[in-house]
Amino acid sequence: MDIILGIRVSDATLIATSKAATRSISILKDDDDKTRELNKHNLIAFTGESGDTTQFAEYVQANIQLYSMRENDIELSPKATASFIRNQLATSIRSRKPYQVNCLIGGYDTKTGKPSLNWIDYLGTQVELPYGAHGYAAFYTTSLLDKHYREKMSIDDGLKLMDMCIDELNKRMPIDFKGVYIKVVDKDGIRLIK
Amino acid sequence: MNSIGKQFSNSNHNNALSEIQQIQNLRSSSHQLELSPSISIPPISQPTDFLRAHTDDSKNPDCKIKIAHGTTTLAFRFKEGIIVAVDSRATAGNWIASQTVNKVIRINPMLLGTMAGGAADCQFWETWLGTQCRLHELREKERISVAAASKILSNLVYQYKGMGLSMGTMICGHTKKEGPTIYYVDSDGTRLKGDLFCVGSGQTFAYGVLDSEYHWDLSVEEALYLGKRSILAATHRDAYSGGSINLYHVNEQGWTYHGNYNVGDLFWEVKEKEQSFVNVEA
Repeated sequence: MDIILGIRVSDATLIATSKAATRSISILKDDDDKTRELNKHNLIAFTGESGDTTQFAEYVQANIQLYSMRENDIELSPKATASFIRNQLATSIRSRKPYQVNCLIGGYDTKTGKPSLNWIDYLGTQVELPYGAHGYAAFYTTSLLDKHYREKMSIDDGLKLMDMCIDELNKRMPIDFKGVYIKVVDKDGIRLIK
Repeated sequence: MNSIGKQFSNSNHNNALSEIQQIQNLRSSSHQLELSPSISIPPISQPTDFLRAHTDDSKNPDCKIKIAHGTTTLAFRFKEGIIVAVDSRATAGNWIASQTVNKVIRINPMLLGTMAGGAADCQFWETWLGTQCRLHELREKERISVAAASKILSNLVYQYKGMGLSMGTMICGHTKKEGPTIYYVDSDGTRLKGDLFCVGSGQTFAYGVLDSEYHWDLSVEEALYLGKRSILAATHRDAYSGGSINLYHVNEQGWTYHGNYNVGDLFWEVKEKEQSFVNVEA
């Protein structure tokens, strides 16, 4: 079971994704990156049916980049990006073979100067949240975040909170997920923390 | 005796055939139809459901058609290139269909593909991949990258997702810009780049030996032995793997074949040399 976890702080959004790529009882890869950069200030993290995940993420990535090329280098805002992805999944769920992909969109709106975290599942449910996770990770971390999350946290506070969550997952999850990548989305774009 | 014979003949007891016959009878009830020209289509309403009902062992244990499954294949990257090692057993259910299967497909002089899962699926689509790679060469006047070749295959199998394809393959090759590269591609549509993969029913046994002795600075001789030894371990413990081992080495010159080793002989040789496999009496 993959872990994807997101926390929004005052001027950035943090996204953590597990490194293990598993098939049946073997871990095939321990440095897998379950994120794609959609544009300079939007990052998608995804889990779900293998094959569907990367195909879907790369499909929306290409379409969002195509939009910017056509529309005079206008960057899609996080809100618009999330709406586009929600719409794709909502169309997909009513098709013959739906994409079984859940995702988090970490974004930074350069117009309003606000970071955001969007939680979207394969059914096409979309919510803007201060923190969120998919899969089993949500069961362990939501209570922890409910207790320790505060408005107006710095990136460092956010990273500390993220580490608390990862420690809890390492302690209680029965399966080794080979650690996580943590990425930050803020006014300067997307960067890998560790 | 007669009842066993009936199972394998075209009698009424054959589920698949009686299903087809039933539908054909239904369609040709009106005799006038036979006078008009017609085109032949599969006489079943849902080909995917039909295939699943008659070939999927996990959903229907007494299905009549058993597709060849069960394998151990491995490939790993190291200082001197790539080692590819595979077993050669083909099984259909509990039946050993062959002990001399070639599970490495030579896509072109620089590219190898390994075969696990459905034998027909792998064989067909990897030779098809070979033609696509050749067409790329003719169009672009440049050899295809391993990344591009593996993506052609992964996009193809993704189109057929959920329709019964079964393959787990490693596309191994060497190009100037990529160096030695391995991509794992399976019929889910998963495509992963990596240093070391084991695929098939014996994968866990092969991983066990390979992970314990693997390091980047292996010499070619050491690496070839490690590949061979890992497959041997898998053939020893996995009932669906066996026969003989095929060994390959890939470097900037392309692939070189390093022979076929019968597991029956190799086992005693290795046991004698390593003083391992203590559970087996000499």
